[in-house]
Amino acid sequence: MIRLENVSKSYPTSTRPALDGVDVDIEKGEFVFLVGSSGSGKSTFLRLLLKEEVPSAGRVHVAGKDLARLSHWKVPALRRSIGCVFQDFRLLPNKTVHQNVAFALEVIGKSHATINKVVPEVLDLVGLDGKAQRMPDELSGGEQQRVAVARAFVNRPMILIADEPTGNLDPNTSVGIMKLLDRINRTGTTVVMATHDAAIVDSMRRRVVELSEGKVIRDQIRGVYGYGA
Amino acid sequence: MRANFIVSEIGIGLRRNLTMTIAVVVTVMITLALAGTGLLVHKQVNVMKGYWYDKVEVTIYLCGINSSSTNCAGKDVTQEQRDQLNSDLHTTPQVATVFYESKQDAYKRFKEQFKDSPDLVNNVTPDALPESYRVKLKNPEQFQVVASAFQDRPGVDSVQDLKKLLDPVFKVLGVFQSIAWFVAGFMLLAAVILISNTIRVAAFSRRRETGIMRLVGASNLYIQTPFLLEGALAGLIGAAGACGLVALGYYYFIEQRLRPLVKFTNFISWSDVLSTIPLILLAGIVMSSLASFFTLRRHLRV
Repeated sequence: MIRLENVSKSYPTSTRPALDGVDVDIEKGEFVFLVGSSGSGKSTFLRLLLKEEVPSAGRVHVAGKDLARLSHWKVPALRRSIGCVFQDFRLLPNKTVHQNVAFALEVIGKSHATINKVVPEVLDLVGLDGKAQRMPDELSGGEQQRVAVARAFVNRPMILIADEPTGNLDPNTSVGIMKLLDRINRTGTTVVMATHDAAIVDSMRRRVVELSEGKVIRDQIRGVYGYGA
Repeated sequence: MRANFIVSEIGIGLRRNLTMTIAVVVTVMITLALAGTGLLVHKQVNVMKGYWYDKVEVTIYLCGINSSSTNCAGKDVTQEQRDQLNSDLHTTPQVATVFYESKQDAYKRFKEQFKDSPDLVNNVTPDALPESYRVKLKNPEQFQVVASAFQDRPGVDSVQDLKKLLDPVFKVLGVFQSIAWFVAGFMLLAAVILISNTIRVAAFSRRRETGIMRLVGASNLYIQTPFLLEGALAGLIGAAGACGLVALGYYYFIEQRLRPLVKFTNFISWSDVLSTIPLILLAGIVMSSLASFFTLRRHLRV
């Protein structure tokens, strides 16, 4: 589903590459934690998958496509097959929960009928039934993140990318979000999650890829956050 | 759904940037009003040229007792010279028609022209007026060819061309036209910069929305269309204002003032004004869309 072959990425403003010869292969339906300290290259890794960045060297394959060969106008189609969740939720503050999720469908040209059918389903799935008409600032952080997950998943993407989705949440709420991501993973969706949260990684016992200074220093099938930690 | 979405996005964008939108509308309006004026002055010059060149004729005055020209040496033109000139004029390829005006004819015309001042008429006898050939040219621009061929011929006093008197008038109108184009050119630059700045501000104020749109895989077209249409709409409103200004200017300046006052020429008509309106509207849309398009390519890349 996702394959990075000897991928390096350097930014012109930095002397050290953000990623340095990374080889990672992620199968369909896997749940992978991407761990490492700040600046280890986690965000660059995720941005490469969306073709928001292009690698300086090496190849990136996502959903059977070689991103280097993917023409400019096919990038939106790639992104439709990938859902994204972020630490800061990225909801539109002037739209209701329903409208926020519907927005993701509107802008890819889905019909009104489809939207009205699919949005309540997905809100139900993430446990926000009955809160469709609320504004984001009326919701708790955990609920806002659920809206973001709903928006990422409403299009039933093959891959879900989560960049520190629990970074702004307290431990109890985080567990709820992780259960939700786990449930989404069980529907066959590949999940790649960058995180700093050792407790979550340790409790989930899923594959862990650790990055340090742009290099993969560990890739464990049923890993924990860190050896000594 | 799509149309609905785009319309509401445009509305939001225009309202959020109201001051910038007004600046764009006003600048586009003045730019295009000036450009339209330039176009109408150009048409007016053509109308006047058509009107006058139609009437323009080269007058070849023949020698009389009163002639001051050295070519005449104080003698009357002879019948031989008259016939020679007549046949030569008829064989000159640039000449369309030749009409002979005798001293008697000239006197009749003089009396008619100055019938309001009998004192002047009574003081003039037919003998005092020169006889002449009135020559119409196939192309009024070729005056110089005919003039140099005939002005030193025996029996010719002088050659006079009306076009020479008119040229300064056309020059002044030409200068007006150039000034209008020149100022319109600078205003165009200002308008394009303003539009591109407005789009930039709009893109910045909606970066949250566009960021999400990019993430969920909205196409470039879908993201950029509201901005493009926003620019085009502002341009269109400005262009409509420019059409209003041009029509108003035409009505007050030409219809109300010049047409009743000035009798010696034709003026452009409402149909000329109406025919420039589509051009102005088109220019407004094209100008603002292009400015938006190039700005978006820089600031809203996927």
